[in-house]
Amino acid sequence: MGFVYILPWIIGFLVFQLIPLASSLYYSFTDYNMLTEPVWVGLKNYTYAFTRDVKFQKSLLVTLQYVFISVPLKLMVALGIAMLLNFKLKFIGMFRTLYYLPSIMGGSVAVSVLWRFLFMKEGYINELLKFIGLSPVNWLGDSRYALMTISLLTVWQFGSSMVLFLAALKEVPESLYEAARIDGSGKVRMFFQITLPMISPIIFFNLVMQLINGFQDFTPAMLITKGGPANATYLYGMLLYENAFSFYKMGYASALSWILFILLIAITGFMFKSSNAWTYYGDGGKNQ
Amino acid sequence: MKRKPMSRKAALPHYLLLIAVGIIMVFPILWMLLSSFKPNEEIFSNVGLWPSTFNFNSYMQGWVGHGQYTFGHFFMNSFRLVIPTVLFTLLSSSIVAYGFARFNFPFKKLLFSIMISTLILPNAVLVIPRYLLFRRLNWLDTYYTFTIPALFGCTPFFIYMFVQFFRNIPLELDESARIDGCNSFMIFIKIMVPLCRPAFISAAVFQMVWTWEDFFNSLIYITSTENFTVSLALRMAMDTSESANWSGILAMAVLSMVPCVIVFFSSQKYFVEGISSSGMKD
Repeated sequence: MGFVYILPWIIGFLVFQLIPLASSLYYSFTDYNMLTEPVWVGLKNYTYAFTRDVKFQKSLLVTLQYVFISVPLKLMVALGIAMLLNFKLKFIGMFRTLYYLPSIMGGSVAVSVLWRFLFMKEGYINELLKFIGLSPVNWLGDSRYALMTISLLTVWQFGSSMVLFLAALKEVPESLYEAARIDGSGKVRMFFQITLPMISPIIFFNLVMQLINGFQDFTPAMLITKGGPANATYLYGMLLYENAFSFYKMGYASALSWILFILLIAITGFMFKSSNAWTYYGDGGKNQ
Repeated sequence: MKRKPMSRKAALPHYLLLIAVGIIMVFPILWMLLSSFKPNEEIFSNVGLWPSTFNFNSYMQGWVGHGQYTFGHFFMNSFRLVIPTVLFTLLSSSIVAYGFARFNFPFKKLLFSIMISTLILPNAVLVIPRYLLFRRLNWLDTYYTFTIPALFGCTPFFIYMFVQFFRNIPLELDESARIDGCNSFMIFIKIMVPLCRPAFISAAVFQMVWTWEDFFNSLIYITSTENFTVSLALRMAMDTSESANWSGILAMAVLSMVPCVIVFFSSQKYFVEGISSSGMKD
């Protein structure tokens, strides 16, 4: 009987996930431009990416930079804010709502419009800098700053991680802090020896989710900087999109997507392995 | 867990910090909202937040746009895409979750772990083969590309969320309903759905906001201007009127966020309840 209820998912999984996954693996070994039938080329697409495609190498580098800057920063900010909100105070709910507001705008086009208008050369931030007597910065046009400006947008939208951290912080038993206080521990020590270990499963969860999302980010780079200047914000998502839907190199783009997929599997696999060493589960990890 | 309320003396610096962070967080949004009422030439030259005059022209000009269609048309399109997608998502993911949470069948463990592992399946790998599939099915440039996958539970995140909620509902309720003559589907309708209202509401809010704001998938699957959603239309406006009409674009950017903000604020109560009850399940 239960089978009948999950049937929609089984169909959906097969048709929209498993078969696409398998066919994309097949396409990744072919040349396919949608006009003629796919032609089997073996590993050519993969070797081409690693040995000849300069844009692939640049984009991989940019994406790694972007992810390793923005994700840790975002999680630190989210945790800091969650700790700030984890007090019994009046209006605290109002602040939580306020801090979540930028995240509502998510990956929307509207938020990219906003960021472009704020940070472009004659944009609002530069007018503000001039107004207080500082020299303007070419936030989006200078390859040294462009990726940072995009990362700033990512960090600003820390809401979902914050909500999860907040829920985790509320679950930490107060008795642990009391015991530490009796032992004379300071706040910093309590943070490192109680708070961090107790919420480590949520840190882990947030880290995995944000990494997976970060590697696929596309909209801000596409709309704010169009990947420029000098490919400084040419994220992997843009590389995929261009190859598939501007150049119609479906085979090559499929190979690129599998390279990303394998990279993500390797990273999450490594994190799951290492997580045994640094996450703490109250039930000894049985429900992991 | 009980936490003592802060003393007044300790609370003051804490509030100052909360307010300072709040200003940084909200400032860009406030700037966007207020600047959308500024006359075009004032947007960047006036460093003050407040517009010298409130000018609704930007909304009128932005709404009319440049091409053949007004933003009214694009808003209708977005609703035609988002509403069925949200409804289908709720329907399919709750029913599938009910199957996983309440029944035993062969390979259930295996199927459940497959479902969980698809949670981290990156969209980037699926988008090309799905495009080719939809092309073969003649679905490109239609909203089937969103609604049909939603109807078949292609949103494992929500299935997982419903499973967590359904598992918290005591089995005794199912038992007594069964004694009263309910079959399993009636139990779903009469017990699971009403008791898990917060889950349904948070799933609806999330899916509504994500689908409304989606850009990547829409960009790929929706090709003709006639079928453009608000996101795509906004991008088109940004690209075609490169330097001219800042205020019009800002105004439409503000309008495009209105449905999401309304949904977010009106569901606050359930939203928080939803998150907290899934967080305190033990």
